[in-house]
Amino acid sequence: MSVITIERKVLEKNDIVAAENRKAFQENKTFTLNLVSSPGSGKTSIVERTAYLSKRKFKLGVIEGDVQTNLDAERVARYGVPVVQIVTNGSCHLEASLVRNAYNQFEDKSFDVLFIENVGNLVCPAAYDLGEDNKVVIVSTTEGDDKPLKYPAMFRNSSVLIINKTDLIPYLSCSLETLRNNALQINPDLKIFETSCKTDEGIKEWCNWIESKMMK
Amino acid sequence: MHELSIAQEILGIVYQYVPDPKENSVKSVRIRIGKLSNILPDSLTFCFEAITTDTPLKGAKLEIIHIPVAITCSNCNTTSEIEPPVFTCPLCGSNQIKITGGTDMRVDSIELNDEIEEKT
Repeated sequence: MSVITIERKVLEKNDIVAAENRKAFQENKTFTLNLVSSPGSGKTSIVERTAYLSKRKFKLGVIEGDVQTNLDAERVARYGVPVVQIVTNGSCHLEASLVRNAYNQFEDKSFDVLFIENVGNLVCPAAYDLGEDNKVVIVSTTEGDDKPLKYPAMFRNSSVLIINKTDLIPYLSCSLETLRNNALQINPDLKIFETSCKTDEGIKEWCNWIESKMMK
Repeated sequence: MHELSIAQEILGIVYQYVPDPKENSVKSVRIRIGKLSNILPDSLTFCFEAITTDTPLKGAKLEIIHIPVAITCSNCNTTSEIEPPVFTCPLCGSNQIKITGGTDMRVDSIELNDEIEEKT
């Protein structure tokens, strides 16, 4: 009986492409954010409000990931933002190679900021580095304040948390304080924004933070 | 949900070391799965079996070693194991910890059935 020793990372192929993506984003001086959340938490709404409110402040590009349809790309394109849609046809997460192919479809890559909107899923996208500077996890108040405890890997791997749909708080049993505390228990370094895409609460602060992180 | 993609990556790595396997020549593939890697072992085993069924690798066992989440505490400078979703040092209670293990997945080794390799 012989044994071949391997000791290699299962996702090393993805990690290699992610490193190439990261290099390309840095060369183009683009600050890149990977937006992750469960379906329906408001990722695309946050992209839309950011596109609208930051129009004169930074040049934004968007890669949209969905299991099916171009609906999100159509929504974002209405704001005059260059957007490429990835349709995964069933896959529950984006991989670095999909992002590379999508990124290469932009003719002009001179973005200050690139959003990669991942497939709505709080599990699988945590495992795949896409080459982003930061993962931003979005959780909406309608999902309940226990989500950070139920999906710890995603909250631990993210550096920013957006708590969205704060305008609905009066109608829900979700406690913002509990949600914040649960998230900080998983990851005390999380930078937290509280937003509503209906009232634009918190969107300006979020845009200002992005601006402070830009590379030019 | 991404266990099938993970099983395919594992298979890809196996084929790099055993490019032309004979039937039953690969006895087992040993992998290490971190507790914080969001992988359901039963589902991964199922997917690995499913994608090897009609190949010479049929019957190769996926041996999974579970790796606990390891941390280094920046406050008391100790290393410990933790049980998510609690992310604090079990010794001093500090949340200033760095995760040092249990987040990734590795292919450790492949065990071959030498008799079959020699016979063929």
